[in-house]
Amino acid sequence: MKQLVRVFLTIILVSVVLLYITDRLNRSQGLSGGNTLTVYNWGDYIAPDIIDQFEKETGIKVIYETFDSNEAMMTKIEQGGTTYDVAVPSEYMIDKMIKEDLLIPLDHSKLPNLKNIDERFMDLPFDPDNIYSIPYFWGTVGIVYNPKMLDGMEITSWNDLWDRKLKNEILLIDGAREVIGMGLNSLHYSLNDTNLKHLQEAKAKLDTLTPNIKAIVGDENKLLLANQEAAIGITWSGDASEIMSENEDLDYVVPSEGSNLWFDNMVIPKTVKNIDGAHAFINFMLDAKVSAKNTEYVSYSTPNKAALEYMPKEMVNDERFYPSLALTDKLEVYENLGKRNLATYNELFLEFKMHRK
Amino acid sequence: MGNKAKFNLYSIPYFLWIVFFVIAPILLVLYYSLFDIDGNFSLVNYKNFFTPVYLMMTLNSFWYAFLITFFSLLFAYPTAYLLTKTKHKQLWLLLIIVPSWINLLLKAYAFLGIFGTYGAANKFLETIGIGSKQILFTDFSFIFVSVYIFIPFMILPIFNALNKLNPTFMDAANDLGASTWTTFRRVIFPLTLDGVKSGCQVVFIPALSLFMLTRLISGNRVITLGTAIEQHFLVIQDWGMGSTIAVFLIIFMFLIMALTGARKRGV
Repeated sequence: MKQLVRVFLTIILVSVVLLYITDRLNRSQGLSGGNTLTVYNWGDYIAPDIIDQFEKETGIKVIYETFDSNEAMMTKIEQGGTTYDVAVPSEYMIDKMIKEDLLIPLDHSKLPNLKNIDERFMDLPFDPDNIYSIPYFWGTVGIVYNPKMLDGMEITSWNDLWDRKLKNEILLIDGAREVIGMGLNSLHYSLNDTNLKHLQEAKAKLDTLTPNIKAIVGDENKLLLANQEAAIGITWSGDASEIMSENEDLDYVVPSEGSNLWFDNMVIPKTVKNIDGAHAFINFMLDAKVSAKNTEYVSYSTPNKAALEYMPKEMVNDERFYPSLALTDKLEVYENLGKRNLATYNELFLEFKMHRK
Repeated sequence: MGNKAKFNLYSIPYFLWIVFFVIAPILLVLYYSLFDIDGNFSLVNYKNFFTPVYLMMTLNSFWYAFLITFFSLLFAYPTAYLLTKTKHKQLWLLLIIVPSWINLLLKAYAFLGIFGTYGAANKFLETIGIGSKQILFTDFSFIFVSVYIFIPFMILPIFNALNKLNPTFMDAANDLGASTWTTFRRVIFPLTLDGVKSGCQVVFIPALSLFMLTRLISGNRVITLGTAIEQHFLVIQDWGMGSTIAVFLIIFMFLIMALTGARKRGV
């Protein structure tokens, strides 16, 4: 018994000391009280010196926190434990967050730099009139491939993937809308198709791709493709540019049949404490020079038209990440199809996964 | 009287635990399973479970769980036996348990490297002249890694059972003219059967609902009920169907417990 009491006392003592140290650390970083702004963004999705610049210009201290999935982000904002002032969800999440009443409308008069954003990327179906969100970066879904491993073969479309020579070479991404969407696109249907017949047709077509598929994986595809574990990967353009910087042999293509166009967007969630600071931050990020610098670091595609002037030519003219207008017209943004239709997509995806070689 | 009061007082934490962490969650799972995706009360999820997709998935799960348990047992029994014969048993046992302290995810990622096209396993195959093979994303790699992860849980109970075995039984069998094989078959194995049973339970039941490894190691080429539950909860957010699959898993687990534990200590 005595020993037990001693153990408990030690644990309590250690906890108290640790609590005291955390408190001191927080205070020395100016985390408690004062003029602070909590930004909730994806990991490694902002140039670090931009935060310093913002802090110097405005005197607002930025606390930068990261998440790795939209779902995790939404759960944390729903719980409301932390006062997040700015968050960066993907477009399909915005619709959900608006419906769940988790976002507050933006005051456009406090965002003069909004004029920098390309008209094409404003007023999109997930948030008409940009009442709640401003696009931060955008991209596509496409094919990363290694021409060296394929004897110089060139891939330009989804239908090229059905080539018999590509046996066991493809890594698919583990996402129902991406994979079923690829089937739909290859049949020239819309990515937002909800016609069950079309969906089943797409699934049947995907089943015939099975011999070429090596695996259906998540984030680890970056590692696998960079290590030349497979010659072809289906993934988002952002991940693609990351993989390509690891392994220079790789190339990326937006399939000619069309594909998905996605957006990550800045929003102000319900948990906001520093509304003025949040607007100031969003406006700052929309500044042409800041956005150019940020884009160079993150290397995703920026919706900021004015920023393109300040960016290196070879980056702006890279059709893989800034596709021509003709191709952009074929890209579609995911619409929120509702729970039922999404369930159908996922059921079909599950059935497709169970299809054996 | 006083004795009885004491017993009740001490049993409070136990009952609280059982109510909050065992009974309540199971009831909640049951409750959620009765709602369809739109939140209406219906039995449609149970009907859906008996479609070819989910029945196939159930069969798959059982087949892979069986293979994992079988191979674990195949390697664990001789290992445990050997351990009881060594000089520093506890040390050797510790060495086998230590890897299970490392996070599962970390070990899975390590295998991505080892089994990769340019990984250590293929380098070895090449040096001995077999040539490089696809190891990652196959049934072999899935079973191998699962067995690697579960085997300490199989070794432990068998080791304990073997360790407790009274050596005079072996001597007696020997004196009565039994061969080594007969001694094992008629004396050692029956006496350690309880250890084998609990080892099988601890391996088979979690193996039935494995999910993360199915993506990392087998690249979604193996789909188990666990994967389906994860999908329904996290991606589709159809908690009803996810719960229904969980209900069936719970039923299967009770059945397995009943089957393997039925004749415990029966004469």
